[in-house]
Amino acid sequence: MIEFLAMKGYGFYIWSAYGVAALALALELAALRARRRTVTEEARLTSPDAPLDEPGAAQ
Amino acid sequence: MATDSINWFRFSAPASFYPLAGKMIPWFGWAAAILAVIGLYVGFVVAPTDFQQGEAYRIIFIHVPAAWMSMFLYVVMAFWSALALGFNTRLSAMMAQAIAPTGAVMTFIALWTGAFWGRPTWGTYWAWDARMTSELILLFLYLGLIALRQAIDDPRRADRACGVLALVGVVNIPIIYFSVHWWNSLHQGATVSLTKAPKMASIMLAGMLIMTFAAWFYAIAVSLARVRTIMIDRERGSAWVSAVMGSGYVINASAGSARPGHPSRG
Repeated sequence: MIEFLAMKGYGFYIWSAYGVAALALALELAALRARRRTVTEEARLTSPDAPLDEPGAAQ
Repeated sequence: MATDSINWFRFSAPASFYPLAGKMIPWFGWAAAILAVIGLYVGFVVAPTDFQQGEAYRIIFIHVPAAWMSMFLYVVMAFWSALALGFNTRLSAMMAQAIAPTGAVMTFIALWTGAFWGRPTWGTYWAWDARMTSELILLFLYLGLIALRQAIDDPRRADRACGVLALVGVVNIPIIYFSVHWWNSLHQGATVSLTKAPKMASIMLAGMLIMTFAAWFYAIAVSLARVRTIMIDRERGSAWVSAVMGSGYVINASAGSARPGHPSRG
């Protein structure tokens, strides 16, 4: 396992590349989810026939 | 022509595209996740050490798919922008808007992983050579499109401004692609070409192609999810959005198409 992570001395470069790539994708998904929550909440407030007091509505 | 064929233009209306996109997202998302696991397994466990670059070459399995996607997504975005400018279609402009952030993320990953591949291979994280500089310009184009949209309050005016910028920026794509041919570049030449046999072991190529499909499906899933959010945001107050909001997220096609949406603004 240690040997695999070391990547014959290239571990720092390989895991920096893959780690930050994974972080970038995770941040994109988190930002999208946050944006979706904000937008659906705003749309719910401006929808005349939407029940506002529905439990779990803000998901 | 067959009279019972599907009317595809039906899905150019946000009200009917919204539920369709919602059904497609899990399929593309899971396909991306499964292909990424297989691709990384092939890339890190099955594929052997490269005889020239040692283990450092394993960055190829994220770098090349991200770089391809960064260019491909730009072309797709420009295509939707052209449709939006030419036919003044709402959904095309929203698709272009939805693709830009994912394109920016893919471009960032391509640049970042390229730097960490370049350091052990060429001895430097960065050089102002043609391939890298044009890819950096691509990142600025994506970020510029996102910033331009946020600077314009009226969404339809923002569509037109961003559409023009996206189309002008398309000229950068062939520059990136052919930069290793046109200029004497630090970046290595194309490993995989449409016209020549690939210069790499077939198992390495397989891992890279699997990762490319994973990136492709990821981009489709995320773009569809984002375009749904954009639709809700921009068509807020319309009948179909109210119907979607009122039905407690149980989205069905009949609720969407029975009450076609009209933009509230304008």
